[in-house]
Amino acid sequence: MRVFRWFIGLLFIAAFFVINFVVFTEIPFNYKLINVLLFCSLFILIRVVKGPSVADRIVAIDILGILIIGICAILAIALQRSYFIDIGIAWGLQSFIGALALAKFLEGRSLDA
Amino acid sequence: MKLETKSRIVVFFMSLLVWILITMVFSIPSLVAGIVVALITAIFAGEMLIITERKFHLKRVWYTIEYLLKFTWELIKANFHVAYIVIHPLLPIKPGIVKVRTKLKRDSALTMLANSITLTPGTLTVDVDVDNQVLYVHWIDVKSTDIEQTTKDIGGRFEKLLEEIFE
Amino acid sequence: MPDLAFNQIIGYVIICIGIIFDLFGVLGLVRLPDVYNRLQAATKSVTFGSAGILFGVFVYSGFNAMGFKAILAAIFVLLTSPVSAHAIAKAAHKAGIKLTDKTIIDLYRQDKEKSEEQK
Repeated sequence: MRVFRWFIGLLFIAAFFVINFVVFTEIPFNYKLINVLLFCSLFILIRVVKGPSVADRIVAIDILGILIIGICAILAIALQRSYFIDIGIAWGLQSFIGALALAKFLEGRSLDA
Repeated sequence: MKLETKSRIVVFFMSLLVWILITMVFSIPSLVAGIVVALITAIFAGEMLIITERKFHLKRVWYTIEYLLKFTWELIKANFHVAYIVIHPLLPIKPGIVKVRTKLKRDSALTMLANSITLTPGTLTVDVDVDNQVLYVHWIDVKSTDIEQTTKDIGGRFEKLLEEIFE
Repeated sequence: MPDLAFNQIIGYVIICIGIIFDLFGVLGLVRLPDVYNRLQAATKSVTFGSAGILFGVFVYSGFNAMGFKAILAAIFVLLTSPVSAHAIAKAAHKAGIKLTDKTIIDLYRQDKEKSEEQK
């Protein structure tokens, strides 16, 4: 059963890669790379919706913040504008502070101690 | 010169350098704005960077470079380990939380050791007990539960270098 | 494919390696059984992948404003993500979230119970 599910997932990912890199030829290469990262964030959203405990959702949100820094970096070289990396740094900082605050809240301490 | 003043001066020049690297604009108004922001940073948060008086010598720079190279190599190995576990259809994991003893006492050294353990193959620091000098480490593929053996396997990779750098 | 300089090709190769490791980390987030294992896989691979993408941007663009910003962002990611992983793991253990059934040893819980008995 587990091997069967693994095979279904492999087919899903392979189909995405074929559609992204072979079928649509007129999209620029940078945007194809961004498509792969958006596909990754789809998996993260699966974990956010499905996650059995609160800690799973906090982990997923933290990871999403780190992934978006990568998306901002590729946007910066796709559009040749360097301020996208500033946006990425600010987003990462916000996500880091948010993860720390949520972890403290989960631990049962108040936020000012 | 007092230690706090020295630390504030170091923080001022470092934040000015970061400002120049980020903006890359060499006009007078930009530089004045950078100096004002760096001064505010140094006044409000400057006294925390340098805590102890230590002499600078060349050996510590060499150990720092060796630590960075070793850390990069372990990071790459860790990523291939994770890729192997994730791709394998049957998920070959054997997780558990084990104890690791450490000799480091200083806060900065303990923080760097915990961060290094988190980014190396199969391990994640869960808690640090400063009084007993014990780290609790979640290990994804437990090979032994004896504290001496785990200390040698997990902590021994970085402990000597960090001891040379920070203590 | 437009004409690319040599450093730009190397930059694209590093960016592609980073994206592949991002994908592995996210797959680990979906497949592994409990919070601590998910944290391990996701933190390691996604940190390395994002830092790799930023380093690739530095190689691509060379020594200008974009390159230096990318290096600063990579150092920032490498320093902060283990700290947040550590905080989440400790909080999850204190909140009583169970480890998976495959776990063979949990010395942290044993030590906590021992210290509570002494009080």
